[in-house]
Amino acid sequence: MTASNHPYDVLVAGGGNAALCAAITARRAGASVVLLESAIKAFRGGNSRHTRDIRYMHRAASEFVTGAYEEEEFWQDLLGVTGGATDERLARLVIRESETLGDWMPANGVRWQKPLRGTLHLTRSNLFMLGGGKAMMNAYYDTAAKLGVEIDYETEVQELQIRDGLFVSAAAVRGGAARAVEAKSIVVAAGGFEANIAWLKEYWGEAAENFIIRGTKNNQGVLLKELLKHGARPEGDPRGCHAVALDARAPKFDGGIVTRLDSVPFGIVVNKDVKRFYDEGEDFWPKRYAIWGKLIAEQPEQIAYSIVDAHGLPRFMPSVFPPVEAGSIGELARELGIDPRALVAVVDEFNHSVRGGKFDPGSLDDCRTEGLTPPKSHWAKSIDTPPFYGYPLRPGITFTYLGVAVNERAQVIMGDERPAQNIFAAGEMMAGNILGKGYLAGFGLTIGSVFGRIAGREAARHAGF
Amino acid sequence: MPDSKADHAVTGVEPSNGVSNGGGHPLWLRPGSLPRPRSGLDNFDLVKDGARQLTICNACRYCEGYCAVFPALEQRRIFAKADLTYLANLCFDCRDCYYACQYAPPHEFGVNIPKLMAELRVDTYREFTWPVMLAGLFKHNALAVGVITVASMLIILGLVLAFQGSSVLFGVHLGEGAFYRVVPFIAMTVPPSLIALYGFAVFMIGALRFWGETQGSVVELVDFSALWRATKDAFGLAYMKGGGAGCNYPDEKFSLSRMWFHHLVFFGFLLDLVATSIAALYHHFLDWQAPYPYFSLPVVFGTVGGIMLVVGTMGLLYLKWQSDRDPAHASMFSMDVAFLVLLFLTSFTGLLLLAFRESVAMGTLLVIHLGVVAGLFITMPYGKFAHVVYRYAALVRYSIEQSRVEGNG
Repeated sequence: MTASNHPYDVLVAGGGNAALCAAITARRAGASVVLLESAIKAFRGGNSRHTRDIRYMHRAASEFVTGAYEEEEFWQDLLGVTGGATDERLARLVIRESETLGDWMPANGVRWQKPLRGTLHLTRSNLFMLGGGKAMMNAYYDTAAKLGVEIDYETEVQELQIRDGLFVSAAAVRGGAARAVEAKSIVVAAGGFEANIAWLKEYWGEAAENFIIRGTKNNQGVLLKELLKHGARPEGDPRGCHAVALDARAPKFDGGIVTRLDSVPFGIVVNKDVKRFYDEGEDFWPKRYAIWGKLIAEQPEQIAYSIVDAHGLPRFMPSVFPPVEAGSIGELARELGIDPRALVAVVDEFNHSVRGGKFDPGSLDDCRTEGLTPPKSHWAKSIDTPPFYGYPLRPGITFTYLGVAVNERAQVIMGDERPAQNIFAAGEMMAGNILGKGYLAGFGLTIGSVFGRIAGREAARHAGF
Repeated sequence: MPDSKADHAVTGVEPSNGVSNGGGHPLWLRPGSLPRPRSGLDNFDLVKDGARQLTICNACRYCEGYCAVFPALEQRRIFAKADLTYLANLCFDCRDCYYACQYAPPHEFGVNIPKLMAELRVDTYREFTWPVMLAGLFKHNALAVGVITVASMLIILGLVLAFQGSSVLFGVHLGEGAFYRVVPFIAMTVPPSLIALYGFAVFMIGALRFWGETQGSVVELVDFSALWRATKDAFGLAYMKGGGAGCNYPDEKFSLSRMWFHHLVFFGFLLDLVATSIAALYHHFLDWQAPYPYFSLPVVFGTVGGIMLVVGTMGLLYLKWQSDRDPAHASMFSMDVAFLVLLFLTSFTGLLLLAFRESVAMGTLLVIHLGVVAGLFITMPYGKFAHVVYRYAALVRYSIEQSRVEGNG
């Protein structure tokens, strides 16, 4: 291993939103900064490439948001989704500090999109990046380069040398060649471990082979494991991951937003054994969206099939893959590769138990089943009008919750409860401190941005700036 | 499997095949096995791939703040050829969506909207032109334009030498009617007028075919508020602003330089048209023949317009030379360069002629200038100028469609 010629003030390991926020902040403070991103340039930015909007606290409407979203409402929303699995001190810090993001991000090149009619439903609480997350990351990389941050792509930090709780140097590998990078402090912002199937298998067994990873394949959790190995205190359920229902034909990695499928409430869902296994109409889809990944993960071979008829098809966003289409339920089952007679029986039983009602996708309507197990509580309509359509579904993992504990200065808390003096974590690696459970749209970026800036500031401060 | 259903061709991404893998899941159920981007095969159906890419866009919609293409595509679920034609001509090739795209190459989805749109536009120009047998001129446009321009120049030179002789060509001519002593007035005005009329007719045919293909009615053409909105968007180059940031041109950095150079070209061209029109008025109504004094209206407008064209075309050519070729399509690139070079030569030789009109070089410069102008006008219906016609038509269609959407709340 060769050593770098000069030690840097700050080493940033990772190349997503949190990493760039940290690098820009540390560099603006005057520190010399090197940022090591494991991806190739075209795929830089980690899962931030796939994001679109960011939740932030604001006291009034603006050109880009339709109304105020203040600390207490924000906190209550977070409390609601996490059911209390959050550190209130850190959470409120994120919420309060998010207020300045509306100006900080454009000052670093990010552009906001004005609300258009139609697709955007979060226009009060969230800001939308013009062009989405990749455009945001392009802007950050451009800003960082202009400021003089040294950026190395295809460079993976694999090991950390930590002595007496102090970071000394990192082993970085590029194209098989390793080098030691010394720095006065390190910001670790290298994401979760959701792309590491072998690691997922420790908790999920063979089922993890059938998971689709919605984001970057670079999130192998190498540095998360490394920090834990050095005694960092884990935070968050190791088994926990945000899993949604995806079209099974999605690519194994990096399918992003387009492979999600919103067909579930408008028909029925059966598993490989042609059995329904959960109430498809339990609640509004955006609220239920995130439980279906786990539900499918628990089915045989981790696959399920969403079945709708001609009335159901136009009710959800067009999917990127065409549905499998057939003139009869039996034929549809054959094309999906499941037992035709069983599917005909399940659909018949479902159709016979549908009761009432005035169909209204905008409310929890009274179209429900009676005497069926499991029931369908809302939007239950007979599946009787050909053509019939089927979508194969698989669990799609967005992110994992396991991370390392940090304090309000983003310092990693070690096993003895003492904060490491010059090791800082930001982004998904520590998001579990704040979002221990559940999902709040655009909040991952909020945590990453706020803690990225804190980590950058504190890392620079430790280096004397 | 969808193989047997032709309508899937335009509903988007198709599974790569429907072959069952020995009793297990059909192959397409295996994650990552599809969809594949175009492989560069000649016989690959562009429309099918266009539908595939736009279906991905429609499920993503992150780019909707950049330009008109995305709000327009969000009004659709199925992308048939007519939709692609319309959307392609609505695209200003700003490339913002390409660099913002999480599915751009090397991602396996291989989404490359600027390239797709450029290729579709070449198809539009070819398909809607008249006569169809000349559609081939769009394919290797730079070559065609070059050959036609040089040929025009040689023909004019030959005619001047044959009918006027070399003493006239290389003589010094001063005062009113000086140009016409080298090339007679009739020869200088009648053929270009006929060529211009011909070009206009070709474009009218093309515009009507485009309008018909995109299901436009005649009644819609008298929607003055739509026409006004489209005209404003066209003159202001609204969609070269990329939602405020500018184009990603020549590379991934945002810049308004392409918009400003284009403004120089467009308004320079208009000023030169104005100059020519004023000169025609002088000639016919005041019986006052060219060359006109340096501070006369035709010369002032012509000079300012000419300088704008020279600067604008050089700027655009420079940007094009610097530009990222990945989101470009070769035929369109060739067409762009040919048209820009011709516009540059037209304005540059015009300015040279102005500067040296009282010298022995005047005759030669006049022949060169007229040759270039002839090349410009002859190839006008069969080159990049076509974008003016189809893009305006697409903007009118967009304007009509959006007012309908807004009207419905």
